[in-house]
Amino acid sequence: MAWEIVVGIETHTQLRTRSKMFSGAATAFGAPPNAQASAVDIALPGVLPVANAAAVEMAVKFGLAVGGVINRRSVFARKNYFYPDLPKGYQISQYEIPIVAGGVLKIALAAGEKTVRLTRAHLEEDAGKSLHEDYHGMTGIDLNRAGTPLLEIVSEPDLRGAKEAVAYARTLHDLVTWIHICDGNMEEGSFRCDANVSVRRVGDKNLGTRSETKNLNSFVFMEQAIEFEARRQIELLENGGMVVQETRLYDPEKGETRPMRTKEDAHDYRYFPDPDLLPLVVSDSMIEKIRASLPKSRGDLRKELIESYGLTPAQAQVLTSNIETSTFALSTFAGQPKEAWPNLANWIAGPLAARLNRENKAISDSNVTPEQLKELYGFVASGVISSSAATGVVLPAMWDGEGGAARIIAQRDLKQMSDTGALEKIVDEVLAKNAKQVEDYRAGRQKAFNSLVGQVMKATQGKANPGQVNQILKAKLGR
Amino acid sequence: MSLSPDQLRRLTRLARIAVSEDESGTVAERLNRVLGLIDQLQAVDTGGIEPMSHALDVVQPLRADTVTENDQRSLFQAVAPAVADGLYLVPRVIE
Repeated sequence: MAWEIVVGIETHTQLRTRSKMFSGAATAFGAPPNAQASAVDIALPGVLPVANAAAVEMAVKFGLAVGGVINRRSVFARKNYFYPDLPKGYQISQYEIPIVAGGVLKIALAAGEKTVRLTRAHLEEDAGKSLHEDYHGMTGIDLNRAGTPLLEIVSEPDLRGAKEAVAYARTLHDLVTWIHICDGNMEEGSFRCDANVSVRRVGDKNLGTRSETKNLNSFVFMEQAIEFEARRQIELLENGGMVVQETRLYDPEKGETRPMRTKEDAHDYRYFPDPDLLPLVVSDSMIEKIRASLPKSRGDLRKELIESYGLTPAQAQVLTSNIETSTFALSTFAGQPKEAWPNLANWIAGPLAARLNRENKAISDSNVTPEQLKELYGFVASGVISSSAATGVVLPAMWDGEGGAARIIAQRDLKQMSDTGALEKIVDEVLAKNAKQVEDYRAGRQKAFNSLVGQVMKATQGKANPGQVNQILKAKLGR
Repeated sequence: MSLSPDQLRRLTRLARIAVSEDESGTVAERLNRVLGLIDQLQAVDTGGIEPMSHALDVVQPLRADTVTENDQRSLFQAVAPAVADGLYLVPRVIE
């Protein structure tokens, strides 16, 4: 009889705050060891935690995005265990009353959409890092990460198999980055998953005994770990063995999971409400304010860009690749006529994106603002400069800080030639110098014509209007 | 309820408190008195009363998300028993 693989996922999502959950120390990645560990984070006696408003708001934002219940009153609890990367002797978390209860995440599968139920999402603090390299037989402790705000998102065991689990994790990753509560950087540990895996005979109502594989920080490892774990459990059961409930680690090099060496009692966390922290109360007005700030879903926005803004699916895809890009695009489109939108979309998805990539910058840090792009587009729309001069010359100059479009156009003398007489003179010169191309063109070679247009554009330093050049050339060549 | 010697050993191990065999009788007796007190509290009829998670009937103030702490590592590490390369050193732990 066939086996069914049952998976539930717990995700530690690092919230995108500047300071820690309970202290004013910075959360930036990559600082020298312990440079961002304050008296609260290293647990000096006499200090008190104070909760970070932004972390609370982000948790609420997530709860609203998944349609969960926002508990108006939630409670911070101490999860007690002794490990030097958490010098207080406990982690501040939420236990009986988390900030978010329930909610759902819809995932797209080959067989159609599936609704995955969420159990809860609660606020907690991260632990520090232990470095086991040899420090004279001792372990080094870096507490920079200690106290970083996390939202732990727990799914119900609704997922069937590794592929569904990965689809869930990807969808969740997509959501938390889209609503801007997590930077999503898995290599830096901003999004870490634990997989609870069990197996049962198809048709069984009861869940099998599960194992928990911790700290899967890539989708590939997650899929491999769940597949390995399911195979291991099925083999065990088919050979008359029993699955033991335990915590395991995935070893990507060997492609296998193995039990973590933990002492017995390690899971007796003796939770109790943290007397240092008062109940966390979220007001209706705070919830409504956050609800108003929630962006449209990526899918809805993509649809709107295609249907209402007249963009191609490819353009819509690029402009919704992250929330920063879509925000930038929408503020660029605002107040512009309909026919401007596809052009502006091309500028953002093309030359601007290329420049951002080259300089490894996020669009939110772009040197060129939506206002500047609008101004620049105005000069193209009114025929003052050509589109190629705009993206080839003005945009790079703007990026380099040469000022606004008007100033760059004037300084670089980029105005299109509006003087037909002057242009005709240049065309005559080009024709005189290129008797061969003229002949070829008259013999029916279109390529020769394009070459002539190019020569005229070059002679005018790109200031001619290509349409006008075409007209004059055709008139002069008698076709 | 009263604590068995096994329960006491487990509890002191979890709390990382060293209690010698000689002391265990006294410690168990004291803890049992606390538990007796809790038994009394649990006998109170609390039906219809909303549970409190804190003795004070006030709510958690929140702080703005700004970095207010500067790097005081050298100050903190001056009193640490062992440090190296900016790290706090502790007896080796391997999980």
